[in-house]
Amino acid sequence: MDAPMAMIEKNQDTRETAAVTVEGISMHYPGGVHALEDICLSIPRGKMTAFLGPSGCGKTTLLKIIAGLLEPSSGDVFVNGKKTTAPGPERAFVFQDFALLPWANVLRNVAFGLELRGRKKGEREEIARKFIAQTGLTGFEHHYPHQLSGGMRQRAGLARALVINAEILLMDEPFSAVDEQMRRKLQEDLLSLLAVENKTVIFVTHSIEEAVYLADQTVILSPRPGRIAKIVSTDLHSDLTPDQIRRDRRYLDMVDEIWGGLKQYLE
Amino acid sequence: MALSMRRIQIPAMFSLVLWGAIWELIGRFGGIDLIPPLTRIFVAAVETIALDKFRNALLMTGEVFAIGLGLAIVVGIPVGIVMGRLRIAANMLNLWVNIFISAPLTAFVPALMPILGIGQTTVVATVFLFSVWVIVIDTQAGILTVNKSLIEMARSFGATRFQIYYKILFLAALPEILTGLRMGVIRGVKGVIIGQLIVALLGFGELFDLYLGSFLMERFWALVFLIFGLAFILVQAVVLLERKFEFYADVR
Ligand SMILES: Nc1ncnc2c1ncn2[C@@H]1O[C@H](COP(=O)(O)OP(=O)(O)O)[C@@H](O)[C@H]1O
Ligand SMILES: [Mg+2]
Repeated sequence: MDAPMAMIEKNQDTRETAAVTVEGISMHYPGGVHALEDICLSIPRGKMTAFLGPSGCGKTTLLKIIAGLLEPSSGDVFVNGKKTTAPGPERAFVFQDFALLPWANVLRNVAFGLELRGRKKGEREEIARKFIAQTGLTGFEHHYPHQLSGGMRQRAGLARALVINAEILLMDEPFSAVDEQMRRKLQEDLLSLLAVENKTVIFVTHSIEEAVYLADQTVILSPRPGRIAKIVSTDLHSDLTPDQIRRDRRYLDMVDEIWGGLKQYLE
Repeated sequence: MALSMRRIQIPAMFSLVLWGAIWELIGRFGGIDLIPPLTRIFVAAVETIALDKFRNALLMTGEVFAIGLGLAIVVGIPVGIVMGRLRIAANMLNLWVNIFISAPLTAFVPALMPILGIGQTTVVATVFLFSVWVIVIDTQAGILTVNKSLIEMARSFGATRFQIYYKILFLAALPEILTGLRMGVIRGVKGVIIGQLIVALLGFGELFDLYLGSFLMERFWALVFLIFGLAFILVQAVVLLERKFEFYADVR
């Protein structure tokens, strides 16, 4: 709408090629909170993009608007070049609080997306088992969520998102509710998983280290109303293995640079 | 485990036996005609079960109860769900539901008779009126506890509105819905007996009237205990169902 012309034109160039483009998104919540202001962004296909910023700056809001779960006050979201306002099969969401059905075991939870689509039980469970194995949950098929650790629950949340074979994964602080060591393990496992799956990933984090470690591009949001402060290329794993990244000079420099930029918002 | 079970059960059994003994003594030596000895009530109960009159009353009462409770479930659960989901519905109905749940409904039963007639329909309506409100309120409470992100999750996977209702909301609220059902059964039993007594002396109401009128106190008490027993079994059946789903009540 009132986004600068140059920005819109630039985005139009990439609408067809980018996995997701966000054009002039603003969000005012009914209660009066002005959460986002004029967000313009394109998400490259097959890459990992991180939304980074202080708590409350609108990261979750932006991700849910892209997911079609929230309607923005103004602006448009394009997925694969098509304007979207609702969830679709090409996007899958991983929730911060896991959002697993407490009355269903891991197998049924992981297969839930296919259950909603009316796939036959045998068929959907066969597919689910494949992703249960890929996410390291074999042996826990018949456990209920409350019998699993936080890390295990999020593995199930991730497996559920992978089962529907969506090309775009949207993850809201996927590892923030698990302890530090488990988080590292999950991050490494996610990288090796995505190395074979070739997905476009957008994830929200408030951890600079997580953004630099996982993402190819990091979008830094300023606090309320959330605006794009900066977009930083944080691509390290195209030429480094997961365990090399944290020891690499560039990793440390990037973390430092982003910290320098974010510090001002904490005053 | 075994020890703590015994600790709980012995006093309960003991108090039952003690009260039974006191009743028996008062029955034998108290000289109160209203209270016959317990042993004779048991004999009367065994006789009563064999009576055609009792069986017919049981069938008739069971049918009326089942229809009334069935209607209360079919109406109460959807209304509770809608009240839990839509603020307008809650604003419109909360006051009425709360009035009716605590109102002395027995007073309404005679008012139903001119509309529904003197017969089974009025008794069905009585059962319904006694049990529906608690089912509505407990269902609504259950819906209000549902984790919002489960609904978002279902939407993100393309769930239809209908799927969200029966695959998320209904199941998430099921522990509360079953509690409401249990309370509804208890109130419905009251409703069916009160209905039968007030309306037309149908079913058990007719038997009560007969036994009291001809002063067959043993039969009267036998019938009371039989109805207590039946209600207890019914409630325990719902309790079993509740146990099946309570494992996720604390972890939603
Ligand atoms: N449903 C809502 N209604 C009103 N305000 C909300 C709602 N959800 C989030 N907010 C507010 O919008 C702002 C951004 O929230 P959110 O997107 O969750 O931030 P982040 O994920 O970056 O921590 C916060 O101030 C939050 O309080
Ligand atoms: Mg958030």
